[in-house]
Amino acid sequence: MSKRVDAVDLNVYYGDFLAVEGINISIDARAVTAFIGPSGCGKTTFLRSLNRMHEVLPGARVKGQLLLDGEDIYDPGVDPVTVRTQVGMVFQRPNPFPTMTIRENVLAGYKLNGARLSKSQSEEIVETSLRSANLWNEVKDRLDRPGSGLSGGQQQRLCIARTIAVKPDVILMDEPCSALDPISTLAIEDLIGELQQDYTVIIVTHNMQQAARVSQKTAFFNIAGTGKPGKLIEYNDTTAIFNTPQEKSTEDYVSGRFG
Amino acid sequence: MTSSLTQSDKRGVAGDRVFSALTVSAGVLILLTLAFVALFLTVNSRDAVYQEDQGGWILTAFLDYAYPLVIGTLIASFIALILAAPVAVGVALYISHYAPPRLSKGIGYVIDLLAAIPSVVYGAWGMSFLGPALIPIYGWLHENLGFIPLFAGDPSQTGRTIFTAGVVLGVMILPIITSVCREIFIQTPKLHEEAALALGATRWEMIKMSVFPFARAGIISGIMLGLGRALGETMAVALVLSPGMLTASLISSGNSTIPAEIALGFPEAPPGSERQAQLIAIGLVLFLITLLVNMTARWIVSRHKEFSGAN
Amino acid sequence: MTQTPTPTPTAASAQGGPPSLGDGSSNGLVRRSSLTQNTLPSWLWIALLGGSIVLGAALSALLGFNLASFFIFTAAIYILSSYIVTRTRVNRRRATDGLWTNLVYLAFLIALMPLVSVIWSVASVGIPGLLAPGFMASDMQGITGLVDQASQTEGAPVLGGIAHALIGSLLITLAATAISVPIGLLTSIYLVEYARGGLLSRAITFFVDVMTGIPSIVAGLFAGAAMAWFLSVFSGVTGLLTTQRSTLGITAAIALSVLMVPVVVRTTEEMLRVVPNELREASYALGVRKWRTILKVVLPTAISGIASGVTLAIARVIGETAPILVTAGFVVNTNWNLFQGWMTALPVYIFRQFQNPTSPNFSDPSEQRAWAAALVLILIVMGLNLFARLIATLFAPKQTGR
Repeated sequence: MSKRVDAVDLNVYYGDFLAVEGINISIDARAVTAFIGPSGCGKTTFLRSLNRMHEVLPGARVKGQLLLDGEDIYDPGVDPVTVRTQVGMVFQRPNPFPTMTIRENVLAGYKLNGARLSKSQSEEIVETSLRSANLWNEVKDRLDRPGSGLSGGQQQRLCIARTIAVKPDVILMDEPCSALDPISTLAIEDLIGELQQDYTVIIVTHNMQQAARVSQKTAFFNIAGTGKPGKLIEYNDTTAIFNTPQEKSTEDYVSGRFG
Repeated sequence: MTSSLTQSDKRGVAGDRVFSALTVSAGVLILLTLAFVALFLTVNSRDAVYQEDQGGWILTAFLDYAYPLVIGTLIASFIALILAAPVAVGVALYISHYAPPRLSKGIGYVIDLLAAIPSVVYGAWGMSFLGPALIPIYGWLHENLGFIPLFAGDPSQTGRTIFTAGVVLGVMILPIITSVCREIFIQTPKLHEEAALALGATRWEMIKMSVFPFARAGIISGIMLGLGRALGETMAVALVLSPGMLTASLISSGNSTIPAEIALGFPEAPPGSERQAQLIAIGLVLFLITLLVNMTARWIVSRHKEFSGAN
Repeated sequence: MTQTPTPTPTAASAQGGPPSLGDGSSNGLVRRSSLTQNTLPSWLWIALLGGSIVLGAALSALLGFNLASFFIFTAAIYILSSYIVTRTRVNRRRATDGLWTNLVYLAFLIALMPLVSVIWSVASVGIPGLLAPGFMASDMQGITGLVDQASQTEGAPVLGGIAHALIGSLLITLAATAISVPIGLLTSIYLVEYARGGLLSRAITFFVDVMTGIPSIVAGLFAGAAMAWFLSVFSGVTGLLTTQRSTLGITAAIALSVLMVPVVVRTTEEMLRVVPNELREASYALGVRKWRTILKVVLPTAISGIASGVTLAIARVIGETAPILVTAGFVVNTNWNLFQGWMTALPVYIFRQFQNPTSPNFSDPSEQRAWAAALVLILIVMGLNLFARLIATLFAPKQTGR
């Protein structure tokens, strides 16, 4: 239930603007990979191109290949909706559906697609997903309350539960802790450590300590200047990136001299 | 190798297509409707300006018929505007900056209700209450200011004059202008207001310095919106006014407006007759006038946008 | 009515109230009393108001007392005198401020007068009419001038009612809603969710604006002409249709739709734009299709705003008279069929009862019925407004509530 991700000469455009250029990367299954880099370096854009979410914006397109266990998700016959069922995403700000209860939020992936679930099936999905998201004990007594009534950290774990519930192969996380307090952040980081046993986790973060804490591999992105495309500078084991970086700009960034 | 990615439910894809096609066609339907409005009005009003048995074009005859109505419409609307605009801006200011916060919400609601009262009720009120109440004032104006053409002529004994109609229209557009202005006044950045107050400005100076510059475009567009409503308002005028020939006097019976003329004449006009074509033709004229007013409002707003401080 | 300036600067800035440090330049900062030296005692305003009332009454009595002139004189004297007092006792800036404060309050009072007058005039005649036997339940069939005359000369009760008009209004408005809500909703969905700033979307936005400005009577003319054309073409093709007259309930519904669609598009568009993009993205990221996302995430989130917007649009068109008058006509009996025959709506009923009383010589019964019908119409419209507010507040999704 976990797939590897390979990008081959991937360029991402917004209209005529080249946002990300020439990415070649192999991301391991059942591991946590962190993307770090200064603001605007294209790491979020690249992350969103991994499940074709960037196409939501007008004019966005991609050149090159993006392979999910060897299958190109940008193949002409591929439906982006199918890609997204296999590559889930957690966003910067917790965004549970305000009109739904906690239970409905967890089942959203099924319910919104019009799937019919038996009561026992849905009970099971809700419980396993919430347990996997370390949220079950906190919300099991109030599953029928609105999801927006939870704290920020709980909401974010609810969003993770919602993502796990549809059993994706890859989970993308776009700065999942940037809107949370330190204690909630810790809870999410613990959860990420557990998720890697079953999923390929890719996380974008601005917090280098976080990258060092949770990831096995780290990719450093950088940008030459405003209006220039973002590029993948260095990709290696996390320990190597933080202790023995090969590139000057990586060293400047991780040692805090830049960005 | 069959890719798991290329499998997708055909029904889902079709659903997306059907739904987006539905939304586009709804939009296109609106455009078509408007095109039809223009087309039907034009085609059906042809008989008003072109009659074979009267020697072709009879444009002057139509203009002779239409211009008193256009002028009457404009007079009534401008009376309404002159009366309503200052009061409306004042009420909006009262709600946004003067009334106690707890009261202002309720007052805003009352104003909204005023806007919701159907026009026929205002017409009835103007006909049976306001008109008779204004009779002594008309008499006084005629006695003392009769040398001004506006107050010449025999004062109406029923109060059903173009001035009464204008007052009723003013009452009707008051809440419209008020609610637009109130929305804008409330949006004035608190920082600007507090900056003015911190400089020692009085409340009025603060309003002059920070609220009005910010709200200018909004006030104008609110007033224009009210004008558009007044121009097209039918029932209030049809009930209040006892229509007649064009006259400069505001206080004697006479004058008429386009909407009132249509409402009073259309049910009696035989279908397909020249009279009906005539009524549709002045309807088209009214449409063009309101269009002009609305476009002007939009143009003013867009021109003032960059100076309003709204950005 | 009088403002009593509070000498605390905090209250002034918090309430947007009058800053009391009117003219700081001349004040010594050392003396504490300098903060209050620019304020006038509050009894002064009461005294001024009392004086203005007395003087106003006197002046008005000179011209033959009536309420309007009394009010005008009192307001003018009070505003003028308080300006002069402030100007001489304090300074010009404060006087100007006070002058405008008074004018703003005056504007508010002036605005209240017609409202009170309208409600009073409707209620005073309307309530007895409403209580007349069978007013809500009967129509105008068989109510001739003689019946009305009898009610005036022989003391018989005023007969006749608005049942047919209520039914007509209800049917026509329902049909108009059924036509315009889907069109308006789908169009705004197109504008917000699908359009990407292309020519079509800009044209729709522009022409929806144009449509907002269509005078209601013109909408009526259009619907009548369109229906007449449609009927002639249709009967020409099939040869089946017998009614050539376009005066039908459905024609009125089309006219009202022309007025209603732009309102629905505007409010719905606004509501859809407020739905945070994050929710759409969350749904897409779960592998949900766009149309399902719109139907099951975007619309439910915005539904309270949309519903209250639609209710307000209904409240607006249910009071329209002119477009119905020229499209559906007016009859005395109840007509349940939108597609056959003339139909009376409540506003048209009111208009006709005023304009052409059933008994020209004894118009009182007609006016009583008209005022009672007006009262019913106002109650319906106000009820719809309240209802709209209720949905907006009750069903608004809790965005951030903890």
